Order: sequence, then structure tokens, then C-alpha cells
Amino acid sequence: MSEEHRLHTRGLTLAYGQRPVVTDLSIDIPTGKITVIVGANACGKSTFLRGLARLLTPRSGAVYLDGKEIHTLPTKSVAAKLGLLPQSPVAPDGIRVADLVGRGRYPHQGWFRNWSAADDEAVADALVATGTLDLASRPVDELSGGQRQRIWIAMALAQDTDLLLLDEPTTFLDVSHQVEVLDLLTDLNRNDGKTIVIVLHDLNLACRYADHLIAMKDGTIVAEGVAADAVTEEMVTTVFGMPCRVVPDPVSRTPMVVPIGRHHSAV
Amino acid sequence: MATYLGHRPGADRSPRVVVAWARRRRRARVATVTLALAAVCFAVLCVSLSLGDVDVPVLDVARSLFGAGDGGIGYIVNELRLPRALVAILAGGAFGLSGAIFQTLMHNPLASPDIIGITAGASAAAVLGLLSFGLDGFAVSAVAFAGALATAAAIYLLAWRKGVTGYRLVLVGIAMAAMLTSVVSYSLTRTDVYDARQALVWLTGSLNAKTWTTVQILGPITAVLVPLALLAGRWLTTLQLGDNAAWALGVSVERCRMGLIVVAVALVGAATAAVGPVAFVAFVSGPIARRLAGDNGIALVPSALVGALVLTAADLAAQRAFGAGQLPVGVVTSIVGAPYLLWLLANTNRVGRGG
Repeated sequence: MSEEHRLHTRGLTLAYGQRPVVTDLSIDIPTGKITVIVGANACGKSTFLRGLARLLTPRSGAVYLDGKEIHTLPTKSVAAKLGLLPQSPVAPDGIRVADLVGRGRYPHQGWFRNWSAADDEAVADALVATGTLDLASRPVDELSGGQRQRIWIAMALAQDTDLLLLDEPTTFLDVSHQVEVLDLLTDLNRNDGKTIVIVLHDLNLACRYADHLIAMKDGTIVAEGVAADAVTEEMVTTVFGMPCRVVPDPVSRTPMVVPIGRHHSAV
Repeated sequence: MATYLGHRPGADRSPRVVVAWARRRRRARVATVTLALAAVCFAVLCVSLSLGDVDVPVLDVARSLFGAGDGGIGYIVNELRLPRALVAILAGGAFGLSGAIFQTLMHNPLASPDIIGITAGASAAAVLGLLSFGLDGFAVSAVAFAGALATAAAIYLLAWRKGVTGYRLVLVGIAMAAMLTSVVSYSLTRTDVYDARQALVWLTGSLNAKTWTTVQILGPITAVLVPLALLAGRWLTTLQLGDNAAWALGVSVERCRMGLIVVAVALVGAATAAVGPVAFVAFVSGPIARRLAGDNGIALVPSALVGALVLTAADLAAQRAFGAGQLPVGVVTSIVGAPYLLWLLANTNRVGRGG
């Protein structure tokens, strides 16, 4: 990537109505790295991601893109630098893959500058990167869950942004597709230097794929840093309210969390 | 296996070409459908201009339209019949475009302005104007237009809860339509039979006795609104992906949605003011156009053409298909549109999309 964009927050508080969901967060998203946000259900991690992508107006504090308050920037120029794959996007009935991915080009088009060869190029790159080129003229409705998720990622890629935010991109996928999607995102990070922020459910995959891990509870940060330092038995017990053991992942040597329930405990 | 392989253009199969080809096939279909609809529209227009108390051969009609006919036929075609046909095309196009915008914006085929009470608002205002304030002619149209705008604003405000979703808007709109219909019924029962009859003709929607005056008002209004609607269609394609995705792509969701609603309401308001609340044209045009154009994208231009075609053809049928007596065009569109509404309600419930 030619230029690198920086994203950080200072004293960010986000609320739905009167209820604050994220309180006083000051975070620097490391540029050129993969950041993974984890936490229990309703801990505010998705809200935080939506806030980062300027979808929510802060109650107080602010999100900064390249040092400027993101809400003061024209939304379309932000969209050329920062992309978001929301949790449940809607594919219009009957739309075909190339057309859906093409919608990601919106921020690069104007009132009187419509579709161009550069747009074809960007869509083609996105399809190749996600391994979906041979689906180009297929209706999205006919695809499997894993293929569909790749198409949505392709749409976010066609947007051609340095910063890419993804809200639980592996939900509804079986484990092999989860790994596939995370490998793909890692490729994008390693090859193109994209800064990637992912909200993820699976703690072990989070530990494996994160350069930088953020653990949230009740709208605040409990631990932050390299997974090997951040993920401890104590931290997991605090965040998820569950006793556990943390052992080295036999494949990646990153921390692996083994939950301890009320049954089947041999130790 | 890859479907594009069967259609590859020559030896060059670079990814860019694959993408360009996939997109071009769709665009080609939309272009073909658009041209075909325009041609059929023109053909029906010629037929409707040729029929009447004096039948004019279709070729002479075409000649007159391009200013080459002889005096008498030219007068019949261009002065007596053309205004009515043009009003049908303009109003039909406005209905079709407005319906397609609403349905796409709200992700709901029921969210058409004639179902969610916007034309009912125009009707109520017009009937009150006709019966209670003794208005006529242009004043009724102006009041109907204002009624459509006011009703749309009221529905939007009532459905607003940190944003407007399609489902809530449809429910509020249907309730609003019921309320406004009762206002109309009440007014009709409180007035004498002759006045009530006048009002009923307006309420059914009719193209009878349309002159160049109507064209001169409706023409410029649609000439401004249609290009605006087509330009705003850019937002519509992004809003189709859901609010979050639209925001992420750099669309100011609420502002753009508001802009689209204003244009769509103005379109349906202008059309209703001109020809009355002709039922179901706005409702059926979008789905028909999308089906023809390959169920892909939003098909705004085809929707407008389908609207124009439906209203023109329905008017032709209303004038000619039922013996000597002319029917108001709204009767014919209802005969066609009502079964589709029933089918849609039955079908969406079955697939569990809940309308």
C-alpha cells in the first residue's frame, strides 16, 4: 500500500439511548497489524467496532483518523480509507457476484464518473484475492455460506482501503471455513500491508491470528497487547467469567484456552 | 464449474475481462429490456391515438406525431387525443418510478405509495377540497399534491425511531391509509349525490378530458423529478445492502434516504394530482420491471417505462374494451393489481419473509 492510515480513539464513550455501551476507551490501532477484539456477548465489542467505523456518534470523546476527528471528515472520503464489513449485510434478491462486489466501488465514483476500467480491475483483484473469480456471474443467493462470506469480504476489498474492519466475519462458518477466512485476512495484511481489525468469537483463533489482542468487558478494556502476554488464566476468568487453563497451542505456540466446566474434569 | 467459461470473449481471460464480461451481460439485458419497453410503449401509444369516434390508421397517427399528417387527422391526433395519452405516459412513469424507489428503499414490495397511504393522503385532501371548500380544476390538484407530501411527512415522523425501517413504515402507512380512507368515506356520506359522484370519479382515477394544460404542468415537473430520481438511484444501490454497509461505503444514510423519499413522494404526488389516485400502478411496476431486467439491481428506468405502459394500456382498455361505456382507468388497474396484491401477501407469508 502506498500510504498508511492511522486510527485511534481518545476517551471514546458510545451509548444506545441512555445506556452507555462503551466507556472512555483510548486505543491506538497498530498500523499494518492485525488487531483482534474479543469479549463475552454484549461486552460492547461490536459497538466499539461500529464506533471506530463512524457508524455511531460518540457520546463523548472521539475517533481519530490520521489525527483528525473522524466525524468531521466527509463520510465518502473516509470510505476511501476505511472499510467495514458489518455483521449482517443484505444481498439484494438475485444480485450476481460481480455486481455485488462492484458496489464496493461506490466511494471511488462520482455523480458523473461512473463505472470505469479501474473499477473492473479492482473488482477482479478482490475476486482473485478471495478465490472467487469463477463465481463472478453466479447469483449470490445460490452460494454456500462460506462462499458468500468470501464475496462480502471481496466487496470490502473492492473498496480498496488501507484500513479494514470486520465484525465477526467467521460467524455461521464451519471451522475449516473460519480458518480459511482468517488465513485470507492474514494474506491481505502480510502482502498488502492492510491494517485489519476483527471482532472474533473464538478465543483460540483470536490468539493465533492476532498481532495485537484487545479483551473487552462491560465496555472497557481488560487486557491489551500481544496474545502471549495478554491472555492469562486470570484474564480469561475475568472476561468470560469462566475458569480455564491456558496452554501453548501445539500448532502455533500461541496461548490456547481450555475451558473448565462443572463436568469432565480429570485434574 | 465456472459459468463464465461458456461465454468467454475470445482467448483473453484475464480477471479484469471476466469481471467486465459478467457485468456487461447484465447491462446488455437491462438495455435490451429498456429499449423493448420503450418500443412497446410507443406502439401502444400509437394504437390508443388511432382509436376513437373516428378511427385513424396507425400509420397516419405516426405521420401526424412527426408533424407530417394532414390537417384534420393532425387535429384529432395531436389536439384531441395526444394530451390524454401523454398524461398517461407521464403519470404512469412517475407512479412506476416512485413505487420502485419506495419498494427498494424499504426492502419491501408492499411499501409502495399506493399501499402505504400516500395516495390516500392525496385523495383525502382532494375530496375535502372538492366537497368542503368547493375547489375545482387546478386547485384540487394542488391540494392533492400537498396532501401527498403532508401524509408522507406524517408517516415518516410516526414511523421514526432513531431511523426508519421498512416494516414499521409499512405498518404505520397501512394504518394511515385506513384512517384517510375513512375521512374520504365520511366526506362522501355528508354530501349530496351529484357532488359525491364528481368526487368518486376523481377518487377512482381518470384520464378523461385531459388537455394540453395538464401536460404543460405535469411535463416540466416530471422533467425535473425523473433525472433527480435517476441520479439519486446511486444511493439506492448502496442502501439496498443495509444501513451499516451503506454507511461503511460512505453514504450519509438518513440524509440520502430522506432525499430519495422526497423525490419519490413528489413524483407520486404530481401524478396523483394530475390523474387521481390510480390504484396499483406504482405497486406493480417495480416488480414487473425487475423481473424483466433479470432480478438484478434496481431497474429504475424499466420501472418508469412499465408504469407508463401499464397506465397507457389500462386506459386503452378502459376506453375500448367494455363496449360503449367508458370506465375510469383506475377500475382497470385495480382489476389487474388486486390479484397481484393477494398473491404477494399469500406468497411472502409462505416463504416467511413476513411482507
